[in-house]
Amino acid sequence: MAKKSLNQLSYKDYLFDIINYSFLIVVIIVTLYPFLNVLAISLNDSTDTIRGGIYLWPREFTFNNYMEIMKYDNLVTGFFNSVLRTVIGTVLGVFIQAMVAFTLSRTDFQGRRFVSTAIVLTMYFSGGLIPGYMLIRDLGLINSFWVYILPGLVSAFNIIIIRSFMDSLPFSLQESAKMDGASDFTIFYRIILPLCKPVLATIALFVAVGQWNQWFDTYLYNSMNENLTTLQYELMKILENTTMGGSQDANLMRPNEGEQANMVSPQSIKMAITMVTVIPIILVYPFVQRYFIQGMTLGAVKQ
Amino acid sequence: MELASKKSTNTSKTKVHSFWKTAKNQKILYLMSLPFVAWVFVFNYLPVWGWTMAFQNFRPGNAIWEQEWVGFEHFIALFQDERFFLALRNTLAMSFLGLLFGFTIPIIFAILLNEVRHSIFKRVTQTVTYLPHFVSWVVVAGIVTKMLSTDGGIVNDLLMGIGIIDEPFQFMAQEKWFWGIVTVSDIWKEMGWNAIIFLAAIAGLDPQLYEAAKVDGAGRFRQIWHITLPGIRPTILVVLILNIGHLIQIGFEKQMLLGNPLVVDYAEVLELYALNYGIGLGQFSYGTAIGIFNSVVSIFLLFLANGIFKKYSNQSVM
Repeated sequence: MAKKSLNQLSYKDYLFDIINYSFLIVVIIVTLYPFLNVLAISLNDSTDTIRGGIYLWPREFTFNNYMEIMKYDNLVTGFFNSVLRTVIGTVLGVFIQAMVAFTLSRTDFQGRRFVSTAIVLTMYFSGGLIPGYMLIRDLGLINSFWVYILPGLVSAFNIIIIRSFMDSLPFSLQESAKMDGASDFTIFYRIILPLCKPVLATIALFVAVGQWNQWFDTYLYNSMNENLTTLQYELMKILENTTMGGSQDANLMRPNEGEQANMVSPQSIKMAITMVTVIPIILVYPFVQRYFIQGMTLGAVKQ
Repeated sequence: MELASKKSTNTSKTKVHSFWKTAKNQKILYLMSLPFVAWVFVFNYLPVWGWTMAFQNFRPGNAIWEQEWVGFEHFIALFQDERFFLALRNTLAMSFLGLLFGFTIPIIFAILLNEVRHSIFKRVTQTVTYLPHFVSWVVVAGIVTKMLSTDGGIVNDLLMGIGIIDEPFQFMAQEKWFWGIVTVSDIWKEMGWNAIIFLAAIAGLDPQLYEAAKVDGAGRFRQIWHITLPGIRPTILVVLILNIGHLIQIGFEKQMLLGNPLVVDYAEVLELYALNYGIGLGQFSYGTAIGIFNSVVSIFLLFLANGIFKKYSNQSVM
């Protein structure tokens, strides 16, 4: 069929194809080039970079910029905090969201309407920035690691997606387990949860990326405490200091005591940190791609 | 009569009785869900109570009965502040641009991608264009700043190479360019991702329709116009509804990260304005008033969009 229609291509169709392919190739280049450029600069000698002209390939290849950023305490702490919040936030979040979704998928559950309304309503309003801040303050979560985990733990959107997946599982599975005397939690944990792997993978990806990329909570609640800093926040601070592109502020970061401050330009440092925040995402990306397309489609249709 | 009323109290008694009986049977289900209802009550519903701050001269540490109530004073002050109107204008402009382009461009992209027959090329394009969605705004802001920078930014290098400009142009320092830069950055980040849903919808269309159109001599544009677009109309409407719903969360991340003191008059959106006053300057009540106004604007936009939408499609979002 494809061959036949290819043979029937008119000159107009050829023209369309040429324009279309060229356009899409431009899109690919525009999307990829910035990443490659950042990678090239991060791997290029910092003094040499200032001369300009680094595009896709480093001119004087070196790992120096990466060695350099490891000397900064804040970045190392930030990296570990980012990993920690991603792992804890994802495991806890996905488990809780799946559990709530399970109770909502049980049509025989009498509290279903109430729970469902209470949670879904949260999607449509928010107290806003300042009241939210005051709440976190009153709860004593400022200057605490848990401010990264607790506020977003019960996500209505994720619960709806997981629930619609659970709805598609046959109820007979649960009934037979119930006959055997399994409790509702056992049914959830032993039977339903394993069957939900595809949707849980999607949600886990969403939550993990959200956690890894978050910087605003650090900025708002934990900026006074260096031990609680995150990688994105450290990157944000550095970028904010040099938003004007041209400025070359050498005193941007204070190296640890006892370390020799090498002359590494902030631009190279910036690019190296950017790569460190992007690389984990690029590494897991190919493995999860098929899941998130499923999840994205499912979520949008069910809305 | 007497009998009937007696009977009805009896059934209501058994109803109450059976409610608790079922509740007891389902106690594990309750245990699995009620704690998290309490959770959203604390983290999502309780802050709404904080709106009362806008009508007080709120002092942290004082109990509610010790606060000084001032009525609409903060709102009046708000309407007398010039900066407030700038922030309002910026919020409206950027949310409008975001809706207009952030919605239409992914549709066009999905349709063009669907016209690609080469399946590997198609997959590669998809994989590449989804990637920026997973990268934080911090990184995107850094990348955009780097690409537009005056020393070694590719955009300036290209423009100078072609000869359109003679010396590097400071994009990030131009007030008038800021809205455009925010909109384009948003498209760069989300175009591929937002196209997924349309691609899925197009894939679900009956291939026989295209065959029939080809037999009738329809070219590619006519096929797109008469088959693809009408076919994905329901999806387009659903996504439009969702996007209009998102008008409520205009967001401030992009503006905060891409903005700088030189363009602040065009970058400050209502939420940033609230952040600067409310937390930056410790004027919690004033900041909350801005927040409330922001919500009101969002709801107004939602109704406005819904009205326009209804007029042209005879369907309602709400």
